[in-house]
Amino acid sequence: MDTGNHYDTIVIGGGPAGLTAGIYLSRARVRTLILNEGVAGGQMVLTHEIANYPGVETISGYQLSAIMKKQAISFGCTIKSNISVRSVDLAGEIKKIELQDGSAYTSHTVVLAPGGRPRTLGVPGEEDLRGKGISYCATCDGDFFTGKDIIVVGGGNSALEEAVSLTKYAKKVTVVHQFDHFQAFEYAVREAEENPAISFLMETTIDSFEGKEKMESVLLRNLRNGEITRFKTDGAFIFIGYVPNTEFLRGIVQMNSSGEIIVDEQMETNLKGVYAAGDSIVKKYRQVTTAVGDGTIAALAASACINEMKSKKKQTAFGYN
Amino acid sequence: MLYTNLKHLENAEDFKKAVSENENVMIICGRMGPMCIPVYEIAEELEKEYSHVRFFDMEFDNPASSVLRSLPETNGFMGLPFTFYFKNGKVVKATSSIQSMEQVKAILNSEFSVPVKA
Repeated sequence: MDTGNHYDTIVIGGGPAGLTAGIYLSRARVRTLILNEGVAGGQMVLTHEIANYPGVETISGYQLSAIMKKQAISFGCTIKSNISVRSVDLAGEIKKIELQDGSAYTSHTVVLAPGGRPRTLGVPGEEDLRGKGISYCATCDGDFFTGKDIIVVGGGNSALEEAVSLTKYAKKVTVVHQFDHFQAFEYAVREAEENPAISFLMETTIDSFEGKEKMESVLLRNLRNGEITRFKTDGAFIFIGYVPNTEFLRGIVQMNSSGEIIVDEQMETNLKGVYAAGDSIVKKYRQVTTAVGDGTIAALAASACINEMKSKKKQTAFGYN
Repeated sequence: MLYTNLKHLENAEDFKKAVSENENVMIICGRMGPMCIPVYEIAEELEKEYSHVRFFDMEFDNPASSVLRSLPETNGFMGLPFTFYFKNGKVVKATSSIQSMEQVKAILNSEFSVPVKA
């Protein structure tokens, strides 16, 4: 074993849960490596402004991520970003993680905090027209649609709030939603319904996006009668929730049918020494603050587990039983 | 203002100098938004490995970025960041919206060359 690649704890994921775990573990002198598939901060960097993080009046998700990353590094945590995990072996006492570039890392404990990503529709044309009419960020791309007709796909808080926000630019916004009612809070529904630039197509899904160099139309399917119609539009903003990044853990740790990791109150999974935290675990509320709480618990539990292992080893070395 | 560790292009002169004095250039034109930040971070990560490529960013809302925004390669682009790859002063590839590490590496490898490992 290459001891240079051996750590006390490996954290998979560098969002608020993973970075918090990194901060707590490193500060407790636990040799910690964070392996992060995306950028440090995870979904948190997608938040333009965070106004409900206790102790901080308002801060951008990017800034809060940068501070958390700096804190973790200042305590000695190693962070490797933009990596890709090839395989994990978490069952034994020594956990092994292999990356796509062929490198491998081992540890005594693992904190799984892979987070989630925006759900995509997965219909024809979606990938090809990303950045050419399809967007997942109203704040970033809204002004490209000034004076244009667009659709917003989804029926939750994000979809309706962003639909309202997009009326600052777009001439007309059509909300396309698969159900006959919205999942959003009452205030968001009312605000969207009262906006004269917004109209609604309920019980309707997208079959495909059409256009060559840019979006020209979408094929809509009416779920009540199965009718398919071509709807001319200049763009589509998709806000249909998030999916956990847990595909690489399938069959390895216990998950529910939605791919969310099942943990106990110590954030421990069904495998000893393997903890999970953040948006990828089974829970109702997904907030930066809840992810930070999960990361703290997972780190403290992992730290206790390592101390227990070390003290057992010492006892064995001194001949105690 | 872009809070990145990349070299910033502030005006048209900076841009001209960057593409005329370097054989292989990647320029990310964006804002501090969720689709742009990952691409800046990818470029920062790759700077050392791709030492034969020079990486820059330019703020989309800086009027001087019209040198990039007005390029014909941006026709139909409706998502930030706009990312440009220049070889010997000519655009060889341009992308719109967020890109993954694999996508960026694939372009760098095909348009420039695979980095030689020391």
